[in-house]
Amino acid sequence: MEHAEGQQQHPVGLYFKVWILLFVLSTFSYLVDYLEFQGYLRWTLIIVFMLLKAGFIVAIFMHMVWERMALVCAILLPPLALGVLISLMAIEGDTTFLIRSIVFGQEQQQSQCLEQSQECEHSEG
Amino acid sequence: MTQSSQGSGGESLSTNENLDNTSADGVQGLVADWASDVEVFKDVPWGKAMMWIFLLSDTFIFTCFLTGYMTVRISTTVPWPIPSEVFALTIAGHHIPLVLIAIMTFILITSSGTMAMAVNFGYRKNRKVAAILMLVTALFGASFVGMQVFEWSKLIIDEGVRPWSNPMGAAQFGSTFFMVTGFHGLHVSIGVIYLSIVARKVWRGDYEHTNYEIIEIAGLYWHFVDLVWVFIFAFFYLW
Repeated sequence: MEHAEGQQQHPVGLYFKVWILLFVLSTFSYLVDYLEFQGYLRWTLIIVFMLLKAGFIVAIFMHMVWERMALVCAILLPPLALGVLISLMAIEGDTTFLIRSIVFGQEQQQSQCLEQSQECEHSEG
Repeated sequence: MTQSSQGSGGESLSTNENLDNTSADGVQGLVADWASDVEVFKDVPWGKAMMWIFLLSDTFIFTCFLTGYMTVRISTTVPWPIPSEVFALTIAGHHIPLVLIAIMTFILITSSGTMAMAVNFGYRKNRKVAAILMLVTALFGASFVGMQVFEWSKLIIDEGVRPWSNPMGAAQFGSTFFMVTGFHGLHVSIGVIYLSIVARKVWRGDYEHTNYEIIEIAGLYWHFVDLVWVFIFAFFYLW
């Protein structure tokens, strides 16, 4: 398909098909919200449509499927390291939430005690 | 670098001297040493390789922002405002959730399509059509930024959202929203300026002696802006 050095010339029809596909996928992801899907179904659908859209943009519009392996690896492998960051911060966020729930819960209890101004010592134990 | 008179060890010095480009000293030697690398990305114009590496670094920046957003949203004990309701609009008596964001998404995808067309016409050496398609892309981008201005002003003035507080729930909503969408909007704005400049030069015929890979390089940036929006739309607006 390539004509000259580094040239990415591909049939227009392919771009149109991907273009329409991206429209359809965007409509689907909007419908996830419009039809008020909740819970794991919602999250799964959001992730699936997001990854499909991102994949088509990178592969076709950004020509990644036609690039040499050296460039593909140099660009697409480093972001995998971000998975480590995301998982670590998810664990960290959960821990922070847990500690906040405990500490803020106690503070709330104490302020309630002060309002009632009695029986605090007993309820603490 | 060990080429000077006090070079380390006789053996390594003699092997170095066998290479052609170690003969130069000082600044010339520095340039020769750095330029002696072999070409890694074969058949890829250097500008395209550089754009890809820049986009890779940008990926890390946006992921850091989105990860920060994830962390504060997980860790807050205050309920997160429901984006579907926050970004709803009432048009002609109908209350439609997320409608402006949906329109913005479609506009950005349309602009990505016109950009892909511009790249195609550029490689066909049809520079006038390519330049017009790039300008159309830039106009779509500008309208996207315009809608974002509308969205921001509605949120700030009508809803009272601030980076440190908002009436709907967790205070972190405002800070992450302005940070993430602001940085993306900045990218779109810079893209509009960048595309306009390249489109003008393409129209004038400045790149007639090249293969018009410059349009593909500008296109890579624009598609990346669209790509980032896909993730922001999924994680910030839909989640």
